[in-house]
Amino acid sequence: MTHQEINKPAPWWHYLKYVIVGIAFGIVFVKAEIISWFRIQEMFRLESFHMYGIIGSAVATGLISVLLIKKFNIKTLSGEEIKFHPKTFNKGQIYGGLLFGLGWAMTGACPGPLFAQIGTGATVITISLLSAIAGTWVYGYFREKLPH
Amino acid sequence: MNIIEFLSQPWPWYVAGPLIGLTVPILLIIGNKSFGISSNLRHICAACIPAKIPFFQYDWKKEAWNLFFVAGIIIGGFIGANFLSNPESIEVNQKLAEDLSAYGITNYQNIVPEDLFNWNALFSQRGFLLMVVGGFLVGFGTRYAGGCTSGHAIMGLSTLQWPSLIATICFMIGGFIMANLILPLILSL
Repeated sequence: MTHQEINKPAPWWHYLKYVIVGIAFGIVFVKAEIISWFRIQEMFRLESFHMYGIIGSAVATGLISVLLIKKFNIKTLSGEEIKFHPKTFNKGQIYGGLLFGLGWAMTGACPGPLFAQIGTGATVITISLLSAIAGTWVYGYFREKLPH
Repeated sequence: MNIIEFLSQPWPWYVAGPLIGLTVPILLIIGNKSFGISSNLRHICAACIPAKIPFFQYDWKKEAWNLFFVAGIIIGGFIGANFLSNPESIEVNQKLAEDLSAYGITNYQNIVPEDLFNWNALFSQRGFLLMVVGGFLVGFGTRYAGGCTSGHAIMGLSTLQWPSLIATICFMIGGFIMANLILPLILSL
């Protein structure tokens, strides 16, 4: 592959595989009621095991998959080495994490579920999504002044 | 029972959790992508309103897969709600239902509670706080924390990143504070 080919953006149909994974993901969100405000309230009021079971088993599945990928040196479909990106700690994970938690319990949604909720026909959630985009923008604007 | 009826029941956690966890290896294997949804909000800012802010000055087109992924999530939400929908109301803990009925929340028909999230409610104090302020905190907090439940709680913990563990604990603390201490005040507005 030449240098030029690597930098060329992939054609749009190349991305259809991500649409398909997204569709499967959105269906799971609805069918397991992960995007329900009620289920999120139950979780934070310790009234149901449902969400803890989902997060716990999702992490366990992810963890085992990553271990297998590393142990057997599994490559991507196109034969590339699979890359992991280590995260570095900064205080943003504490301050931002707390703020996100407050918003999570208010809207009953994280960034992914916001999109799924809109898909179910709750059109007013587009306002929450626009507000989330505004929140991201305001973070970007004040980034240098915020403690990290 | 046919397949559609079977799929239409609410799915238990031990089916949904592993399916969500499988997103991690699938995205890695099909395209070397780290699972994480909230970065799409940053890409939307970079694409639409960069305003010469350094944080939004990067080649977002290289990360466009994430936008296709969320487009899929919208379609998946539509399919789940329209073709695989559960005819029964959402079953919640009796204690929660009793507490919520005191605030006039009694409709459990839709996946998004009709009594709280609708266009009329948007112009009430309660609805504005829940939808607009809540949404803002989701967007601001997730970027400040460097990820959301998918990027930190699922992908980060799966790869044993300790900063993700701290972020996840803080997500939970924030949620506990809101749901138990602040939300009752908002709901009674």
